[in-house]
Amino acid sequence: MNTMYFTEEHQLFRQSLQDFLKKEVVPHIDKWEKTGTIERFIWKKFGDMGFFGLNYPEQYGGLNLDLFYTVIFLEELQKINSGGFAAAMWAHAYLAMTHVNKEGNHEIKEKYLTPSITGDKIGCLCITEPFGGSDVAGMRTTAEKKGDTYVLNGSKTFITNGIYSDYLVVAAKTNPDAGHHGMSIFILDRDTKGVSATKLDKLGWRASDTGEIAFDNVVVPANQLMGEEGKGFPYIMQHFALERLIMGINAHARAEFALEYALQYMSERTAFGKTIDKFQALRHKVADFYTEMEICKEFNYSVAYRLNKGEYVVKEATMSKLQSTKMADEVIYGCLQFLGGYGYMEDYPLARLLRDSRLGPIGGGTSEILREIIAKMVIDKKDYKPAT
Amino acid sequence: MKILVCISHVPDTTSKINFTDGDTKFDTNGVQFVINPNDEFGLTRAMWFKEKQGATVDVVNVGGPETEPTLRKALAIGADGAIRVNTTATDGFAVAKQLADVIKNGSYDLVIAGRESIDYNGGMVPGMIAGLTNANFVNNCISLEVDGTNAKAVREIDGGKETVSTTLPLVIGGQKGLVEESDLRIPNMRGIMMARQKPLTIVEPNGITTETTTVKFEKPAPKGAVKLVSPDNLDELVNLLHNEAKVI
Repeated sequence: MNTMYFTEEHQLFRQSLQDFLKKEVVPHIDKWEKTGTIERFIWKKFGDMGFFGLNYPEQYGGLNLDLFYTVIFLEELQKINSGGFAAAMWAHAYLAMTHVNKEGNHEIKEKYLTPSITGDKIGCLCITEPFGGSDVAGMRTTAEKKGDTYVLNGSKTFITNGIYSDYLVVAAKTNPDAGHHGMSIFILDRDTKGVSATKLDKLGWRASDTGEIAFDNVVVPANQLMGEEGKGFPYIMQHFALERLIMGINAHARAEFALEYALQYMSERTAFGKTIDKFQALRHKVADFYTEMEICKEFNYSVAYRLNKGEYVVKEATMSKLQSTKMADEVIYGCLQFLGGYGYMEDYPLARLLRDSRLGPIGGGTSEILREIIAKMVIDKKDYKPAT
Repeated sequence: MKILVCISHVPDTTSKINFTDGDTKFDTNGVQFVINPNDEFGLTRAMWFKEKQGATVDVVNVGGPETEPTLRKALAIGADGAIRVNTTATDGFAVAKQLADVIKNGSYDLVIAGRESIDYNGGMVPGMIAGLTNANFVNNCISLEVDGTNAKAVREIDGGKETVSTTLPLVIGGQKGLVEESDLRIPNMRGIMMARQKPLTIVEPNGITTETTTVKFEKPAPKGAVKLVSPDNLDELVNLLHNEAKVI
């Protein structure tokens, strides 16, 4: 246990979460990976255990704990080898719910945040569009104000929990001529007339119901606008720091899982009269992989520590995701190689892990876009300010 | 009803076991510790008495500060208070003497201990504390019901079960069957946070000296290679069992 960041309570939570995942989730993972549907009962069990409320106010049923409980939540979800299941949980708890908590008013929080914490309602965050993912400011979905309502038209894609969620947090242009100053955030129920969704088939994250969502003249009451009209872009940018750090933490955790599994395998698998963890060619690779993973982990912990203190760490969180997802792909590719032919088999965890990891440098901002952002900050001295 | 659950802090069953100091001490390096499974069945049954019959439940352990996370977990599961007797658990008699003092001082009606811990498997403590505290005793207990001061316990016997009627104060040596594995509780977040607020009392040992000393630990010999014999080659199988394994 790293005692610089984790207390005895953190450790008790980690053990409890490990026990819970082993008992309640792992027996179902292979089925959910096949069907692409996570059964509803597990959401409620997560809620009953208090796992969705780690970071949210007690007023709405949360526990208002420090960010290292979230770090543990993310790490352990990566170690049951279903990136799709993990994504469904953290996309609900930290993408959709973050916006509800930060931008929603009291009524919205009572209606959506409280049941999200108990696991009775599942949320999704709809930002990416078919015509542009990382180009958030170029989004085409519009929300035209008509009296005391807004009318949404457009489409979103690659939305985690896009099919089975109960509510949607949607970014749309309320003033298309104003560029990124004309964007706003809405919350709407799944059964609102004009909302439709199509499930997408993917390389990995197969347990997750990633979807494409269409909005066809969807009438949304004005009181479903979250925060101020026109401030959607800075809200999104502000929360991207957390999202990127989450993806960085996920990456170091799945790399650690891959290494732990591969090392166990290598200590049992023999060739030429000795276990394969005695071959120098492999030992040096393990040493390199562990070094790279530990460096990312320590960096991610330090960024989490600063974010927990309220610092604006958009640059560091961007670096976290860029470097950690690259490291995870390389480590997992190498660990699969350690297993030889078995690494390629679905009966062993590395095949799924490799597929799931490939999303890392793509989702939540591609590595190319992240490099652009970092370059703007370190070369052009651009300063991304938090929303006020 | 006041219940005391005795909790042993034992290595997780998947731990790799090694010894140090000339094979006289257990090597705790890298070992994850858990609540002794037989004690966890008892703790879960005690939670049932708390919720259904309004019992209060304390947990106790004999050990150093390193055992406190195990006690905190018991508090997170729902125990009301914890007691740690601040001394190293050496042999069964020394532990039983420490626990007997805690039981007398706390005036407990029911003491639930696991029938044995899964590390040293002594199986002595429950019986000894019953003797030391003049309480009734049921070992290998797989079911327990309490009505006022009367208790009905079922214990496992060779090839069957025995139902026993007895009275409080009572000590049981519990095991699986008191509750099933599916009944075991995982602490939720509220429990973990509340555990911080609950009392964990440290009491100093009563000075009893240990009567036994470990001379040496030994691990079972590693398993040899597996030999596969064709089902058609029974002569070879008989030959191996007779001449090599020498079991027939």
